[in-house]
Amino acid sequence: METDNGARVVDQARTSLVPKHEREKRRREKEAQRDYGRGKRVNTKNIKDKKLRRNLQALESKYKAATLKAKDAEILLEGTSGYLEPETELERTYKVRQDEIQDSVSIATAQKRFDLTLNELGPYVFDYSRNGRDLLLGGRKGHIASMDWRQGKLNCEFQVNEIVRDVRWLHTNQYMAVAQKKNVYIYDGSGVELHCLNQHREVSHLEFLPYHFLLVTLGASGHLKYQDVSTGQLVTEIATKLGPPASLAQNPYNGVSFTGHNNGQIQLWSPSCSSSNGPLVKLLAHKGPVRSMSIDRGMFACSLINNNQCLLKQRDDIWYLPVKTPASSVAISDRGVTAVGWGTHTTMWQNLFTKHAAEQTKVQSPYLTWGGEGRRVERVKWCPLEDVLGIGHDEGFSSIIVPGAGEPNMDVMEVNPFETVKERQNTEVRSLLNKLQPEMIALDPSFIGNLDLRSEEQRQTERDLDAKPVDVATEIRKKARGKNSTLRRYLRKQRAKNVIDEKRLKVDEIWKEQQLQKREQQQKDKEADMGPALARFAKRD
Amino acid sequence: MKIKTSRGVESHLTAGSSAPKAPRNLDPAMHQFERAREYTHALNATKLERMFAQPFICQLGNGHVDGVYSFAKDPNHLSRFASGSGDGVVKCWNLGSREEVWQTTAAENIVKSIAFTKDQKLLTASSDSTIKLFDPYNTPSQAPPIHSWLGSHPYTSLSVHRDGRSFAAATDCISIHNLDQYSAAPEVIRWPTSGNTINSVAFNQSETSVLASCSSDRNIILYDLRTSSPLARTTLKFGLNKIVFNPMEPMNFVVASEDHNLYIILALSNQLIWGMRSVQRALNIYKGHVAAIMDVDWSPDGRGMISGSYDRTLRLWNRDEGVSRDIYHTKRMQRVFSVGWSPDANYILSGSDDGNVRLWRANASKRQGVKSARHRQALEHNDTLIERFGHMPEIRRIRRHRHIPKVVKKAGEIKQEELKAIKRRDENERKHTKKQFEKRQSERDKVVLVREK
Repeated sequence: METDNGARVVDQARTSLVPKHEREKRRREKEAQRDYGRGKRVNTKNIKDKKLRRNLQALESKYKAATLKAKDAEILLEGTSGYLEPETELERTYKVRQDEIQDSVSIATAQKRFDLTLNELGPYVFDYSRNGRDLLLGGRKGHIASMDWRQGKLNCEFQVNEIVRDVRWLHTNQYMAVAQKKNVYIYDGSGVELHCLNQHREVSHLEFLPYHFLLVTLGASGHLKYQDVSTGQLVTEIATKLGPPASLAQNPYNGVSFTGHNNGQIQLWSPSCSSSNGPLVKLLAHKGPVRSMSIDRGMFACSLINNNQCLLKQRDDIWYLPVKTPASSVAISDRGVTAVGWGTHTTMWQNLFTKHAAEQTKVQSPYLTWGGEGRRVERVKWCPLEDVLGIGHDEGFSSIIVPGAGEPNMDVMEVNPFETVKERQNTEVRSLLNKLQPEMIALDPSFIGNLDLRSEEQRQTERDLDAKPVDVATEIRKKARGKNSTLRRYLRKQRAKNVIDEKRLKVDEIWKEQQLQKREQQQKDKEADMGPALARFAKRD
Repeated sequence: MKIKTSRGVESHLTAGSSAPKAPRNLDPAMHQFERAREYTHALNATKLERMFAQPFICQLGNGHVDGVYSFAKDPNHLSRFASGSGDGVVKCWNLGSREEVWQTTAAENIVKSIAFTKDQKLLTASSDSTIKLFDPYNTPSQAPPIHSWLGSHPYTSLSVHRDGRSFAAATDCISIHNLDQYSAAPEVIRWPTSGNTINSVAFNQSETSVLASCSSDRNIILYDLRTSSPLARTTLKFGLNKIVFNPMEPMNFVVASEDHNLYIILALSNQLIWGMRSVQRALNIYKGHVAAIMDVDWSPDGRGMISGSYDRTLRLWNRDEGVSRDIYHTKRMQRVFSVGWSPDANYILSGSDDGNVRLWRANASKRQGVKSARHRQALEHNDTLIERFGHMPEIRRIRRHRHIPKVVKKAGEIKQEELKAIKRRDENERKHTKKQFEKRQSERDKVVLVREK
């Protein structure tokens, strides 16, 4: 904002002198609140109840101390993020080839780049397990294989002799779901068929919600189904009513499923939705089919693919990334590197969205590129906790190194790549005990435990969505039923009130109507008095 | 071109060791569904808490032959405890071994009250108008008393002064006996116009010369030993059974009340906490019992209470809440006449008409055994989560659910109905009389009928 003389008006001008250490302290608190705070602080100053105020003050100071401690604990984080940095102005990061990267990193890291040549049964879809240790490969022509990819150890390999559309690990590397020609099958870690889910027909997309133990399937008929894999119950079955779907993704932040459709629509679903009530959100992204989607963990971006462009959206900003042929797959990494697989290429973009920046800047050129060697990309996916991108294509599978893509610091309490058998079993039991209910999936996952501050009346109306809207006129007439004079008295009283709302307008209308009727009646009486010959001379008022 | 990659998960393997490190990352984005997971954890913890709730531990020794009507805690000993019975037998118990350690026959009939002195001697007051002094620590069982005082009326209650040199005994008046000079004549204090039996007397342990008593003629009387005179009298609506000062907030005391008119139906069996200096209104009213409350005791931290009632149940209360936090009962327990909270705050004792002295847990799901640090931490975590999500309907329902004997439940329902009827009647009366111009009185104010100085 500028004044007439061109001087800039400063928001929140610092008029009092604050010592440096105080400023430092405040900055630190602010940053801690930004990174580790859970929502807004409660202003305790305006609370009148002494006990409540004291309790809330104690809680607030506890929360504040917790955020500060969490911020301080950052110095314990050992891992640092990787990078690709041009040393001269002429160098470009996207010119760097994989063998150059492989030459300049440590041997252990260099081994993470490999190609599996499986050119007979492709193209391949794949999935990394939650801790990133195991890789599950599914060839379109029925080839299923799971391996510990770091050690290059094959766990199981088998041929199902029918089309494989999608593969997905369940909560551990002991169970995998495979969408085959007709049904979805669940195999154990060594490839033994455990279940045949014959309620899921011709499934093309699979997703798994690990905290809810829900397997989400989307079939050719456009039915979205949630299956509880811990109890075996089919939780919900929703018809999207938009024909064969084009893509399915989940938002890891709130567990909401995104379905992309051929008419360019994206719909957001939770298990509490139904086909009659429709999705949580319905949005028309663009004209072409939504071929693939990816949602960042912090709910910052979701990417959609059109015919010749890839669309990225963060809150209100929408950007289009140029791709030359329709993109087939897109994935966003933990550190915000976006990989787009299109044709025989894969392009990676970095810093499309910087988390705490006030204004986003447009990125002009990609971060890295891969491909162009005639291998048609089927699926791209990031390996958790690693700087590794997996690419499934028609000649097998490639694992490439993308510096700075993965989260360098893991939390063993969430996922542990080095867990022993005993630890895995314990974790499984504990996570089953703490299994989340399907109803807890909502757009805002922190709604649980909040107080419902709406009035009972409002809640009642919201609950009863099918109720017919109340007609004010009939309501009024119902109220003043009986003799005409009752209605008149009611109307007169209502008109004496000074509030103009919908009801009042209706009252006025009825009142006018009545007045008109009354006047006509009087006229008629007058005419009747004068007789048929003189009636036309009756004075109108 | 500068190229660096993060070391990936291998960085968490220590060189030369097969044991991986256990790094944490507190970034909220790595911990999804935080609220939902905490809530689920809280729900599970609540269920576990109810699963482990086993309040009853055992009965002490073989109990008494007659009903247990009086209890005494040794203020200088954690595990020593005495109980007096209807047949005049007094027994001392060791809480650690749960066995009887000493016993004597102190009276011909009911031992109405017993109390330990500061030098670990035992005073017994009985309805055959005698007070006897025993030495349970140094004499064998059935030893004769050190001294006995013979009064003219049946004694009902005892309380020992803070300095240990005198004690108060109640009949229809209060007599202060000297423990230094056994034969000295007692000092007698009474409210001039009051002649009814005093049910309970209690010395204040902080303002040491103040004494309070409650009687079945609905009166609470405060006395001052310095002037040897009563200070004030407050009349309530119902007869009162027991008065106990709060050990941590000595200006407050709790009174166990009963209803004289109709036992089960109108048994407004409330306990009222009063400010000592200005006995104007109750600080809190605790509702829940369906018959007269016979005895009440504070927890040592002054934040909880235990009450025993004629409806054959014990109820545990938080000082700040008007409804009980737990209810204890067994099939065989009869009318409860005496309760006590153990000095280490972990156990509760109850003596009932069936002659048993029962030992209960103060917190039904808590166990006192040695726990590993991890176990303790997990329990604390559970407690915090339960407190945080305690307002959620499902958790609240599970936490509050108790199995109550059918008789008690039915009586409670009838009582509710009756109270509602009274309220409705009052409201109707209010509507059509001059009362409508009066201000409504709060429940806590209503309890006091008369105040006199």
